[in-house]
Amino acid sequence: MSYINADSILETIDMIRVHHLDIRTVTLALSLRDCCDADVKIAGEKIYEKITRYAKNLVAMANEIEEEYSIPIINKRISVTPISLVGESCKEYDYIHLAKVLDKAAKDVGVNFIGGFGALVEKGCTRGDIALIESIPEALKQTERICSSVNVASSKAGINMDAVLKMGQTIKQAAQLTADKDGIGAAKLVCFCNVPGDNPFMAGAFHGYGEPECALNVGVSGPGVVRAAIESLPEGTNFSDMANKIKQIAFKITSTGELVGREMAQRMNLPFGIIDLSLAPTPEIGDSVAGIFQAMGLEHAGAHGTTAALAMLNDAVKKGGIMASSHVGGLSGAFIPVSEDAGMIEAASKGCLTFDKLEAMTSVCSVGLDMIAIPGDTPADTISGIIADEMAIGMINKKTTAVRIIPAPNKKAGDKVVFGGLLGEAPIMNVNTLSSSKFVQRGGRIPAPIHSLNN
Amino acid sequence: MQENKSENKIIITVYGADRIGIVAKVANVLAQYNVNIEDIKQTIMQDYFVMFLLGDISKAEKSFKEIKEAIQKAGEELHMEIWVQKKQIFDKMHNI
Repeated sequence: MSYINADSILETIDMIRVHHLDIRTVTLALSLRDCCDADVKIAGEKIYEKITRYAKNLVAMANEIEEEYSIPIINKRISVTPISLVGESCKEYDYIHLAKVLDKAAKDVGVNFIGGFGALVEKGCTRGDIALIESIPEALKQTERICSSVNVASSKAGINMDAVLKMGQTIKQAAQLTADKDGIGAAKLVCFCNVPGDNPFMAGAFHGYGEPECALNVGVSGPGVVRAAIESLPEGTNFSDMANKIKQIAFKITSTGELVGREMAQRMNLPFGIIDLSLAPTPEIGDSVAGIFQAMGLEHAGAHGTTAALAMLNDAVKKGGIMASSHVGGLSGAFIPVSEDAGMIEAASKGCLTFDKLEAMTSVCSVGLDMIAIPGDTPADTISGIIADEMAIGMINKKTTAVRIIPAPNKKAGDKVVFGGLLGEAPIMNVNTLSSSKFVQRGGRIPAPIHSLNN
Repeated sequence: MQENKSENKIIITVYGADRIGIVAKVANVLAQYNVNIEDIKQTIMQDYFVMFLLGDISKAEKSFKEIKEAIQKAGEELHMEIWVQKKQIFDKMHNI
């Protein structure tokens, strides 16, 4: 009996070399709760020592596995305990110092991003939380590799509108302080509702409470593979068969991620955490979630039917992926970032895809309004209004939603921002210019919703 | 049973324009590195020669990386594209 299955081998190689199948990220998740200290300098030393000790082999191991399976592992990253928790035991808060320590640790172990410079404030803020949030713009300006996330709402706690108001201002300031780079600070800052504590993807990765001391989490990718699978179907294939095809391919993608994750974890002597089976696009041609919509039969992302297409895609990916791994977690769905997806960039540039349509799509995708550039003169209160809407979608639908928007300094609708690399580029999209000020400035909390009478 | 461990199995995929000596050259490298050939399959697909080779590296003294580099060097000399991968990726991806 032959051991060689030529079709399987060629299919796998094609997925990698033609359709951009890759492991998007291996993320070392690490608790820093034992690094608290009354002296911020000592806390910083403990943080640096712990991160560099645990992550010293992360990049080398990832490279070794990449070599053995010939599958690219694009990013190696670290997520840590929300730094508001670690830093608030200090007598004098100095979150900028801690941000610099994290940045240096990330640089020294060779990872491109470290996530967790954030806070969980869905019900209210501690003094440390407030100090951290206020330090975010400066921290993002002074560092290169820090990613920041703040959870401001949940289905159980409601929406912390004080935090939403503050985050509108924080996002605006983060963009302004990095005006020389098109406001890239805001591209590394995200607000969440129902944030998962085991997400390996940036900018929202952090090591949540209830998580172990450390874990190795993996995020896969593969929009190009899904698109190719749909295109391989006979024209006019019905939705049931198309959904099945997506499930099959999602299984294959996720199995590969699981293999890589388990191998990495074993070699680094860490517990395997989860695999996040999100379809993460890149700005490269052929690696686009918008391209999947076109393969499904829509003229472009943004056409009527896009929300239904996304809903089906998201669900089929989960159903196929969950069979392939014992531990699926994180965000696990389809991402729809604008600047990081060539098809979405094109759709937005042509005016096919509007801000409002994107908002509708977030009610069925895995995350939310992601990497959307808006005019630099958008008032902070309007940004808070955008956040409030998005948080409401997550809160009511018991799903994760997020906002990562960039009010690009000195740019107006029709202009373009260019971040380069995986962050890509984006046209500036119009937002509604009606005022949200009086609404978002009321303060307090939007109460948690009723969890019955689901109509 | 070190030999039967799936992590010791590698799949070598070679493709490009057909010519004399492809199998011989790759097999020669494998012999040098003490890699046992367990199965070979070859075909022509869309005018291209494609060869698959299942090898066992459990008796090899050099590392996977060194073996891979040597095979890829042979591929460059043959002007063929060569992929060298641990077999686990195919087993995992295509089996429930």
